Amino acid sequence: MATTVTERAPGTRRGAGGVGESVPRVDAVPKVTGTFEYASDLRAEGMLFGAVLRSPHASARILGVDATAAAALPGVHAVLLAADLPGKRTFGLNFDDQPVLADGLVRYHGEPVAVVAADTPALAHRAAGLIAVDWAPLPAVTDMEAALAADAPRLFDFGNVLRHVHIVHGSPEQATADVWVEGYYETGMQDQAPLGPEAGLAIPAADGGIDLFVATQWLHVDREQIAPCLNLPLEKVRISLAGVGGAFGAREDIHMQIHASLLALRTGRPVKMSFGREESFLGHVHRHPARIWLRHGANRDGMLVAVDARLLFDGGAYSSSSPAVVGNAATFAAGPYEVPNVRIEGTLVFTNNPPCGAMRGFGAPQVCFAHEAQMDKLAAVLGMDPVDLRLRNAMHTGSVLPTGQVLTGSAPVRELIELCAQAPLPEPEPADGRDQLRYPGGTGNVTRGEGLRTGVGYAVGFKNTAFSEGFDDAAAARVTLRLTDGVPVAEIHTAAVEMGQGLTTVLAQIARTELGLHEVTLRTADTSAGNAGSTSASRQSMMAGGAVQLACHQVRDRLAERASDRILGGGETLPGPVELHDGLLFADGEPVAGLADLLTEPVAETAVYHHRPTAGFDEHGQGDVHVTFTFAAERAVVEVDTELGMVRVLHVTAAIDAGKVLNPVGFEGQIEGGTAQGLGFALMEELQAENGTVRNPSFTDYLIPTFLDMPPVDTRAVEEPDPGVPYGLKGIGEAPSIVSTAAIVAALRDATGRELNRAPVTPDDLIGLRGPRPTSGPPPVPDVPGQWPVPYYHNRSSTQQGLM
Amino acid sequence: MRLHLTVNGEPRAVDDVGADESLLSLLRDRIGLAGTKNACEQGECGSCSVYLDGTLVCSCLVLAGQAADRDVVTVEGLAPPGTLDPVQQAFISAGAVQCGFCTPGLVLAVDDLIRRVPDPSDEQIREALAGNLCRCTGYQKIIDAVHLAAEGAGNGHHGH
Amino acid sequence: MDFLQPKSWAEALEARAALPGGLPVAGGTDVLVALNFRRRHPPAIIDLGRVPGLDEVSADDGWLRIGAATTYDRLMTALPADFPALALAARTVGSPQIRHRGTIGGNLGTASPAGDALPPLLAAGAQIEVASRAGTRRIAAPDFFTGPKRTVLAPDELISAVHVPRARGPQQFAKVGPRNAMVIAVCSLALALHPDHRRVGTGIGSSGPVPLAATEAERFLEGVLSAEGLWDAPRPLSASVRADFARFVTIAARPVDDVRGTAAYRTEALRVLAGRVLDWAWADYCRTGAR
Repeated sequence: MATTVTERAPGTRRGAGGVGESVPRVDAVPKVTGTFEYASDLRAEGMLFGAVLRSPHASARILGVDATAAAALPGVHAVLLAADLPGKRTFGLNFDDQPVLADGLVRYHGEPVAVVAADTPALAHRAAGLIAVDWAPLPAVTDMEAALAADAPRLFDFGNVLRHVHIVHGSPEQATADVWVEGYYETGMQDQAPLGPEAGLAIPAADGGIDLFVATQWLHVDREQIAPCLNLPLEKVRISLAGVGGAFGAREDIHMQIHASLLALRTGRPVKMSFGREESFLGHVHRHPARIWLRHGANRDGMLVAVDARLLFDGGAYSSSSPAVVGNAATFAAGPYEVPNVRIEGTLVFTNNPPCGAMRGFGAPQVCFAHEAQMDKLAAVLGMDPVDLRLRNAMHTGSVLPTGQVLTGSAPVRELIELCAQAPLPEPEPADGRDQLRYPGGTGNVTRGEGLRTGVGYAVGFKNTAFSEGFDDAAAARVTLRLTDGVPVAEIHTAAVEMGQGLTTVLAQIARTELGLHEVTLRTADTSAGNAGSTSASRQSMMAGGAVQLACHQVRDRLAERASDRILGGGETLPGPVELHDGLLFADGEPVAGLADLLTEPVAETAVYHHRPTAGFDEHGQGDVHVTFTFAAERAVVEVDTELGMVRVLHVTAAIDAGKVLNPVGFEGQIEGGTAQGLGFALMEELQAENGTVRNPSFTDYLIPTFLDMPPVDTRAVEEPDPGVPYGLKGIGEAPSIVSTAAIVAALRDATGRELNRAPVTPDDLIGLRGPRPTSGPPPVPDVPGQWPVPYYHNRSSTQQGLM
Repeated sequence: MRLHLTVNGEPRAVDDVGADESLLSLLRDRIGLAGTKNACEQGECGSCSVYLDGTLVCSCLVLAGQAADRDVVTVEGLAPPGTLDPVQQAFISAGAVQCGFCTPGLVLAVDDLIRRVPDPSDEQIREALAGNLCRCTGYQKIIDAVHLAAEGAGNGHHGH
Repeated sequence: MDFLQPKSWAEALEARAALPGGLPVAGGTDVLVALNFRRRHPPAIIDLGRVPGLDEVSADDGWLRIGAATTYDRLMTALPADFPALALAARTVGSPQIRHRGTIGGNLGTASPAGDALPPLLAAGAQIEVASRAGTRRIAAPDFFTGPKRTVLAPDELISAVHVPRARGPQQFAKVGPRNAMVIAVCSLALALHPDHRRVGTGIGSSGPVPLAATEAERFLEGVLSAEGLWDAPRPLSASVRADFARFVTIAARPVDDVRGTAAYRTEALRVLAGRVLDWAWADYCRTGAR
């Protein structure tokens, strides 16, 4: 479907609230006054509360379930087990392998077994606790390398390999280089930890359907999974977006939607489910832990000759969006550098660990951590400055990826690196006499400057925007222009999810710019609008933004027709170009009509925006797999108490390939926030599972950075427009998360001289109490039928058209 | 038990309050003031911050009964309806709000800080707000908002 | 579940005696977590928040009496001169919201080995005053704890106050955590110099089933200071004394591996902290002498 989109916004008066301005958020007032309604704030007359009974075991058979005591409790209205499910019994983003309720077998700690509806949350939880389950624990496979062994317990009949991606470019077997550097790297399980835990309200409808109000990331894909499980046609499942308290990937998968709907349909009453923090940790997917083996070959002049990468990702118990995560990670494993000879083998396995899926960065942070460590190692071996080495090899427009895809868009990698390198370093502080809070260890009073060393580290990385491997994740938007009290007002209606990143504000800015007006309203996102695709993959500014822009152009064209009819009579058209600004319609530079005059009747237009098509991997991993790319670089400055292993991150400079900054304050907020999550991943964030059992599902022991952990972040944007994309913009939401962890750990290595091959880094690592994690070498490449996920070759139904 | 307390200046009476019910639960579920948020229910995140007799506390860690005959102020009570207090306005102007789930608790905490320390330094801000977690912003713009609010209240000077 | 709100100390003690298993709550920063997560279902809650005088801090005859309901916020502001280690420890606790509510009595009642107020009580030679209808008794701080979250408190007793000698010499407290704020201690160490009695007091947190005193380290340092006349004519300590002191501190610790840290790290961190707090306390003493 051909689309034409203008890349540069037509002129608007400064201060008009359009694209490029730091417009305050459209939802700011309700959020600061506490009136913004999040999913957990929803209420309905007569509502019941739902609770879930979850497996305490990572792997077990269910020999029997006795729910009599639970059902008999006064105030309990329904208890549902797998046997009570009315429709399809499984769901999933790629493959429907995940049970709505476990049926005879559980594969992870926290897997739902039963649901209860009761008069109060306390009653519902108490009833869930009264359900007696006869468990027979099974051997669990909880190590990703062990999962590859022939005799490992199998999670599914086709084995434990969900996908293996094989990429060969150039002649890696024959490549010769002056120096070779090998490295082994590990990353742990990070959690999105959005402040707002999962919640939603399901209301049974008179037509036998369900109205669902939920905090989620993709309304339409939720509906596609929910409806069959309720044994309902799609049109009887209506979803509206409730206020989202952050997501970062945690809400791409179904969490409470099917459960609440089942209970609502069973009881005939509205059912609300609202997770506490512990249940939230157990109830959503996490970032894939990874093990990465890299071998880099370069010549004395610093030019990279070859990269050999072996990736192993732990997908946990169900497939979620894992197939796309490993595909992504594989394409970015060599980093944003020109490498003529590449071999990448990326494996994703099932284990009885908690299921992993989308988290900001989607596989790129893990490989960036590894490839940037390699670049620093290479620089050291070559006796070269690490910045210089990166500059020499940096990709640019026209470079070729390991997949053979040519970078046709903007790729200002050198500029990003130079911005970081040239930014002034923070003023050195004397070691003694500081305010306590300016030492590593913060309020703990652990130092007066003893053993402090400073370090500087760099990282460069990149990632795709929008979905890949042939997926046509189009976005629809409807724009209605009408007069309200004599003033033209544009109403935008999309299913695109606002989860805090500032999308709705940006969409309003686009409408203002394209329609030349100021007043814009946004209808609640719901399934009566067309599919907008996922709010993920940094895609919505481009996709929903592109759809809004297209719809606005269609509105403009309708207005031009009305103006033509009125001024010229039937049959003739106004001279072009037709533009809208300052409330007027201009034809060929001349104002010909006021908007208000043309809106005796509203104009409503729907548009669907498609990105350029992509392809799958061929048998060598070659193909134009991605739509477009965003690059990022960060430089971190840290101070380490080398005797105690306490860290203070002093400063971060972030240089982002933004294409076009749509809202400068919003853009900075995204970069600062993404950097904070990367800092957490570098220093403190790990969901610890021991034999598959999560040991720290709380904010007491899963630590995210506080005010005293975050430094100032100096954000710079490079605005080199990406051709063929609305406003030339780039999706920037994930950019900071890709590079921040790698930059901070690089700085820690510089400060301590330690190898630090794992994220998150612990104090034990920093003081040398624990050395780099060892490896006995990369596991053998599994034997798989092809590049697609293995279940595909076993005729397992894929929920979606192609991959995510 | 029957509980009497004042919330945002209004006397309230609530029946059938459980002995182990928290003030957070009372505010959200019984009185219907949903602005105060539940993000961890163990005092780690500050999203449930309110004033209890003028003192900043985590309402998830106060028993409803402990608030009997006391004065509670929530985010909804900081400014008359339809208006914004200087802290709320500063949060908007500085771009300190993203998903907003932490915002009510932070607005209370910043309000408390500025009343006690009219022109706080960055260090004072960071220490005072260390009990309020935010996952979206990286904290920088919230610090900017504090300085802006301090200036707006006529206390601050440019630069930190 | 009953909710009792005694209006006097006598009423509180009556309630405590009448209701075995009744849960006393002051600030609630520990107790509410257990209640919110439905881990405890007591028959009754005894709210101590309306008992007058339970949060008074008074000094008498060289001793400080700190009411059990004194909050960390108050400990931070009221104690820097008389009990510096506890003032330092109070600042490391949680957040302003927590410090406005959490109390020293609560920290004692919860008796977590990671309790921040507890190492300073050991180091300063504090006594815990507990009361029942029958009267009051005092227990030396190290004897108060019998195991993780277990104390000698009888079912009809409430903690009423902490008695501690007013500081006559420098005190220090340091706490290591996995981030720069809002941490449960990975390990902590309190040190108090008592020049009037020629004694050294220590308290180790989060490195054993209960808060521990590094007794050998105390005796070692006391020996050195006395033998070399350093109490009266202080001068810098040698590197070997510092190292031996630190080593003795680690010998007293009995850490384990848990989600927050490894035993090996706790031991090494204590060794480093011991050297540092000794440096700082002794440097203060060299500068100011005894008070």
